[in-house]
Amino acid sequence: IELSSVPQFTNSPTLIVMVGLPARGKTYISKKLTRYLNWIGVPTKVFNLGQYRREVQSYKSFEFFRPDNEEAMQIRKACASNALKDVVIYFSKEHGQVAVFDATNTTRERRVSIVSFAKEKGYKVFFVESICDDPDIIAQNIADVKVSSPDYLNCDKEEALADFLKRIECYKQTYVPLDDEKDRRLSYIKIFNVGSRYLVNCVQDHIQSRIVYYLMNIHVTPRSIYLSRHGESNMNLLGRIGGDSGLSPRGHKYATALGTFIKSQHIKDLKVWTSHMKRTIQTAEHLGIPYEQWKALNEIDAGVCEEMTYEEIQDNHPEEFALRDQDKYRYRYPKGESYEDLVHRLEPVIMELERQENVLVVCHQAVMRCLLAYLLDKTADELPYLKCPLHTALKLTPVAYGCKVEHVFLNIEAVNTHRERPGNVDVSRDPEEALKTIPDHF
Amino acid sequence: MLVLYCPQGASVPQFTNSPTLIVMVGLPARGKTYISKKLTRYLNWIGVPTKVFNLGQYRREVQSYKSFEFFRPDNEEAMQIRKACASNALKDVVIYFSKEHGQVAVFDATNTTRERRVSIVSFAKEKGYKVFFVESICDDPDIIAQNIADVKVSSPDYLNCDKEEALADFLKRIECYKQTYVPLDDEKDRRLSYIKIFNVGSRYLVNCVQDHIQSRIVYYLMNIHVTPRSIYLSRHGESNMNLLGRIGGDSGLSPRGHKYATALGTFIKSQHIKDLKVWTSHMKRTIQTAEHLGIPYEQWKALNEIDAGVCEEMTYEEIQDNHPEEFALRDQDKYRYRYPKGESYEDLVHRLEPVIMELERQENVLVVCHQAVMRCLLAYLLDKTADELPYLKCPLHTALKLTPVAYGCKVEHVFLNIEAVNTHRERPGVSFTKHVHLLQAQYKIIKCIIDSQYASVASDVVWHSVKVAQHVVNQTFSQAILTLGCRINDHT
Repeated sequence: IELSSVPQFTNSPTLIVMVGLPARGKTYISKKLTRYLNWIGVPTKVFNLGQYRREVQSYKSFEFFRPDNEEAMQIRKACASNALKDVVIYFSKEHGQVAVFDATNTTRERRVSIVSFAKEKGYKVFFVESICDDPDIIAQNIADVKVSSPDYLNCDKEEALADFLKRIECYKQTYVPLDDEKDRRLSYIKIFNVGSRYLVNCVQDHIQSRIVYYLMNIHVTPRSIYLSRHGESNMNLLGRIGGDSGLSPRGHKYATALGTFIKSQHIKDLKVWTSHMKRTIQTAEHLGIPYEQWKALNEIDAGVCEEMTYEEIQDNHPEEFALRDQDKYRYRYPKGESYEDLVHRLEPVIMELERQENVLVVCHQAVMRCLLAYLLDKTADELPYLKCPLHTALKLTPVAYGCKVEHVFLNIEAVNTHRERPGNVDVSRDPEEALKTIPDHF
Repeated sequence: MLVLYCPQGASVPQFTNSPTLIVMVGLPARGKTYISKKLTRYLNWIGVPTKVFNLGQYRREVQSYKSFEFFRPDNEEAMQIRKACASNALKDVVIYFSKEHGQVAVFDATNTTRERRVSIVSFAKEKGYKVFFVESICDDPDIIAQNIADVKVSSPDYLNCDKEEALADFLKRIECYKQTYVPLDDEKDRRLSYIKIFNVGSRYLVNCVQDHIQSRIVYYLMNIHVTPRSIYLSRHGESNMNLLGRIGGDSGLSPRGHKYATALGTFIKSQHIKDLKVWTSHMKRTIQTAEHLGIPYEQWKALNEIDAGVCEEMTYEEIQDNHPEEFALRDQDKYRYRYPKGESYEDLVHRLEPVIMELERQENVLVVCHQAVMRCLLAYLLDKTADELPYLKCPLHTALKLTPVAYGCKVEHVFLNIEAVNTHRERPGVSFTKHVHLLQAQYKIIKCIIDSQYASVASDVVWHSVKVAQHVVNQTFSQAILTLGCRINDHT
């Protein structure tokens, strides 16, 4: 069984079932968890019940959610049923491994029916319940994502808020949280008040253990993540990949400019991370802030192609060069690494990035592509071609369900190191076709 | 300006400077010492200096045990002794943190009263230590009975008692504690950082995790289990590179290597192991070995052999010729030394951490790996230090069966009777440094004599001196002595 770097997850797909009143962060958790699992190579998809409902019924008011609204109840049950049918298709025909059922699932009856559905199909079930009684957090959630929801397209903020609060009340009447005693055989994690406290019950396998670890490390405290490559290096100037060279004069200029920019941002308690390679360390040195070195942030190891120009790679390893263009994500340099290996290597960095608040990561092209793909939910196909030019810092700020990105070009010229996928990726191609997209160098 | 960088190329960020005091909580026979030792072993292996402070040991030093009466809550005299012991243990914690570079201390005691825990928290606050509680709650009588049978009746406290007496007394001891036991409270202790473990891990309550190390501790504690199982470790069968005395590379098995793989398959079948998982690396030689087993196997890149960088596929002689200085540096600190463009054992440990985590989650596993990798795994399982790790003996064609027992691991060596080359390189001798200094002194003297007397016979003398010097640096001091000896004979 040839795999990347993680053991084969058990063949049974896993159904993650969210539980909780509205505005408790279920969709936030669903999307974030899904992004993380896809990034580490576990095909995962969210099935949001609200979207199914919106497709069959345009929203009028909270009355739809009254527990005594028989007609609505039928519609809601049908939607849940359709969502689960799509889960079956995702697992059986689309190679899905994890499905996240994002709905309130607040009654015992609903959860019991999901568990028997899953048992019948041979799926494992893991519940994620979010419990929150802090009115400030709930108000913030509603302001962030609810008043701007498709349900409230034509309402003003006050109306939307008032209606939404009544919607929550409808659910509260029938909400039965997972029970310590009655649900002791279920596998679940209960998250209290955005993570000050967790209750974890009956973790069944590796993927559930990883999910629990991830959920226990994320937080919602506002912060920004700054990503930058090292300043232009001497290797960059020569168009050579890899190696461990120092900064060029322009690279030093960039590092100084980066330091000035960082100071101007007045960032609270900024942590700075670099790799073990000279060029990131030299860049960080100019910042005047203590920095930590991570070997995991080292650039992708190009193995036998280390320190070569693309022309040399074409001359010496034309077949390898073509194979790489065919599948840049999975291709592993002989005696080197693939992007897929890099993602696996970077997982502890991502985990720590989640735990931290304001962080500046000074790294390398391939590494930055991997981190960016995680933060911006890019696929494995897109990842190796993400544009991460030298001398440009990115400021990423989590907002609502995603990330706001600000590009900061610090006005110091640098060579371009981005190589687009050429048109011809066949191993029999001519050298000119292979070298068509290589960037200029000295 | 202050540059706060990771010590010596470690791959984890600098843990916060505040040391962490882990405080165990729970009635006797709830696994506190088991957890303390295991957690300490793990933290030391990943590079976080950790030590257990077991209150029972402090007590045994000042008071020989007579009976459970010592633990009666109304036994004033005993209570004074117990308080004094706790105080001494915490004094030693202070020394460990301030003078011995400790990062984590595990205070292994019952700590079952709120009063005791409150005093520990203020002690820690005053010293600037972080506190993390680990409470083990168990009401399953079978588990408790098993614990008592495994580690209590054979404890130093019951040296001269028979099993029945010991059991009866210990149960009364538990009753003494039960009277005053107040578990961590959801409401009253909501500001404390802790994990509550229920019934050996079916359930966990985690509150207020403060930092990275506590998050790692929680993750580890949530992945360990006590279900009986065995871990089998084996290197790949002898490879063609092994036969040539070359390190690294990605060669296939030699004929003897294939024989070993077949023998390993036979051995494994004979063990009738339930649900055995087999893991290999991504390298041909482990995969070829696993192929003979006839069981599905999983490949882990993390199990690949240590990357020898520029020294890949060289013999030790070639390394000496091409990189004599590197070769010497490696012998000076084999654990931390990183091959140029390669890895160190320290890097390997970091790379293997997810493997260890998954090994903890699993039950019966056979890991087919490589010499350096096996040394790292063995060091974790058998609690070996970073100094010992790179010199652990992991010969070819020998399987190890490790079975957790009590607080440690039982090891059975299984040599499958297929000959193989020896790939083990010993640590240079203790007297090595003395030899080197002696030789350096001898060399200087002789060189002076030769140079002063034979200045005109420059080239051959200089060449010979250089050769002697080279041998000294390369630690082939026997060669150096021989070479010196020749010169001495020639010039007397």
